[in-house]
Amino acid sequence: MNKVVSRQQLSRGITRLEIQAPRIAEIRQPGQFVIVCLAEDSERIPLTIADSDPQRGNITLVIQNVGHSTQELGNLRVGESLFAVTGPLGHPTELPDQGCALCVGGGVGAAVVHPIAQGLHRRGVKVTSIIGARTREQLIFETELRRFGDLIVCTDDGSHGCTGLVTDPLRTQLAAGPWAVVYAVGPAAMMQAVAELTRPAQIRTIVSLNPVMIDGTGMCGGCRVSVGGVTKFACVDGPEFDGHLVDYHDLLDRLTTYHTFEKSGPGGAKDHCKL
Amino acid sequence: MNQLTQSRMPSRQHLPIPRQKMPEQDAAARADNFNEVNLGLTEEAARLEAGRCLQCKKPRCVGGCPVAVNIPKFLGLVAENRLAEAAHVLRCDNALPAVTGRVCPQEKQCEAHCVLGRKGSAVGIGYLERFVADWADQHCPPPAAAISAQGKKVAIVGSGPAGLTAAGELARRGYAVTIYEALHKAGGVLSYGIPEFRLPKKIVAREIERLQAAGVTFRCNVVIGRTYTIQELQAQFDAIFIANGAGLPAFMNIPGESLKGVYAANEYLTRINLMNAHRFPDSRTPVLNGRRVAVIGAGNVAMDAVRSARRLGAAEAMIVYRRSRNEMPARIEEINHAEAEGITLQLLTAPLEIIGDDRRWVTGLKCQRMQMGAPDASGRARPEPVPGSEFILPCDVVVMAIGTRANPLLTATCPELKLNAHGNIIVDENGMTSLAGVFAGGDIVRGAATVILAMGDGKRAAKSIDQHLRAQPPAAN
Repeated sequence: MNKVVSRQQLSRGITRLEIQAPRIAEIRQPGQFVIVCLAEDSERIPLTIADSDPQRGNITLVIQNVGHSTQELGNLRVGESLFAVTGPLGHPTELPDQGCALCVGGGVGAAVVHPIAQGLHRRGVKVTSIIGARTREQLIFETELRRFGDLIVCTDDGSHGCTGLVTDPLRTQLAAGPWAVVYAVGPAAMMQAVAELTRPAQIRTIVSLNPVMIDGTGMCGGCRVSVGGVTKFACVDGPEFDGHLVDYHDLLDRLTTYHTFEKSGPGGAKDHCKL
Repeated sequence: MNQLTQSRMPSRQHLPIPRQKMPEQDAAARADNFNEVNLGLTEEAARLEAGRCLQCKKPRCVGGCPVAVNIPKFLGLVAENRLAEAAHVLRCDNALPAVTGRVCPQEKQCEAHCVLGRKGSAVGIGYLERFVADWADQHCPPPAAAISAQGKKVAIVGSGPAGLTAAGELARRGYAVTIYEALHKAGGVLSYGIPEFRLPKKIVAREIERLQAAGVTFRCNVVIGRTYTIQELQAQFDAIFIANGAGLPAFMNIPGESLKGVYAANEYLTRINLMNAHRFPDSRTPVLNGRRVAVIGAGNVAMDAVRSARRLGAAEAMIVYRRSRNEMPARIEEINHAEAEGITLQLLTAPLEIIGDDRRWVTGLKCQRMQMGAPDASGRARPEPVPGSEFILPCDVVVMAIGTRANPLLTATCPELKLNAHGNIIVDENGMTSLAGVFAGGDIVRGAATVILAMGDGKRAAKSIDQHLRAQPPAAN
């Protein structure tokens, strides 16, 4: 059992939970994730570790309400416990030792690039982050990311920072290079757009994928993704891959497999899926 | 033993008693539910069946058993209605008799060697093993904790059949055993893989409770290789047994495997068995309920998947297998049960491609017919394509049940462990790896094998660990 020690509603549908998981807090590295299971009969959900506090033994998870199970998780209150938190899983992010790196986060992806920016900053790599959301209200991790270097903010509706998508400031930044590496985390379409922008100059681009997963240890094969025409399992081979080689269309399509169940599921009819 | 033999009838009088039939749930009814198919022998039938044993002086059945159960002795005790003693004899050699009585391929092991099988039917050793184990669960108290002052600690990685067996053997010898399990529920393949209708989960739960009562500690949600490394376990424990299973499911690398509706059998069965997807929305994890489900492969996992599909409501649930019936690796009972439940067998049929619609949902399996040709290097007849025989098998769910590859998750974080070309851990004749005090067994050593072979490895490893630790000075604490 892992107790919730703090809870913050970051925006409508996005919750930040700090959870007791001392061992994971102690050893987790940027890019790694956990599988959480709210109750014994709950779904097993993979979530990137957004931050950790090894002294207090806590990890931070950011949960976007995309269906019944994530809604239940987001509704957890301080003092309540999760049935299981397993990890840290996946390969840690490949981080350069020097130079400049760009971290691009779209929507809840800002929480996933946070530990990467943190890891880069700790190594002395110069970090520039670009984060975007639909509106100011939905923008998350702005203060946190600003700690590690320059931060460019944009919103679709222009309610905060520049107006437009993360790819707009990205174009300008890429021209101002050189960049050792670009990290992109967000909706599949965004990661694909970033990868297309970095492709001409062949800038190393790393994306973090979020396919459906059950065990998280390579056993089920549900999280398979196509990378460079080869089938990879995101849980043991990833979750981060070369952004220039990922088949985003395939990823996006496979993510829709259970959408009809969300509608027919417990209390599902009233919440439409927001993926 | 002498008395026992004297009280038995002369052997020629045994022959007329026919092999007792296993009572089972009606085929039409069971195709709609997940309740256990086999219902178990009655006491009367068990006595009759056990009485058929000839009590051979040189029992060949024992040699056919990977854990060498003293079969004639326990059958003799059943025939005399001394069930508690029979259970004791059985348990001495087999840590999980209620499991193996249900899932072992007896027709290829003990029963294949039974003398009675030459002219008629072999003794139903599997039926009787199950009978005695179930009887004992109802009537005998679990063993008490035996952890002694030896103070030596053993870590076991994985709570499947190999891990559970080793844990039982080590706890009995007085070691403090901790089992690490990556999933939220213990049992390994017994929990996530084998369906309720073949192995009720309450039986697995009972075995785990039994081990807990014997002093074994279970730590679920811990992934060795991630949460802790083998090196970290070495610092805390006197010996380690790695039995983390096979892992990564194999795909065929044919076009269409990423279409929606394609599962690896591991995922399909895990959704159902571990996550209770068949009870969705009462449970939270869904599974696609295909109308026409094609399962590729013909082993026990394929049979479990196709029979599960039927129970989930598939109008047609099919096995697609490129060889003929004779080569099907599944237990004969599973094949018979499947056919009685309306499963169809597409034999001599090789998949070429999975076909999808414009929304990328599976609509069919493009196949070609095969014929059995000349034997290959392994001596098995090689299936060869029949030219021009391509056809499309309409289906909306495809399940790949063609085996697994070694999981690199643990071994990649422990480079000192020597592996073979397939990524499986290499062990010596005692089950020890290239690291002193670190043993391994089950599928991570063998590749995909059976529950009983994994249990045999667990038993051997426990014995070797005991010898290894006895040869060392007592622990400081």
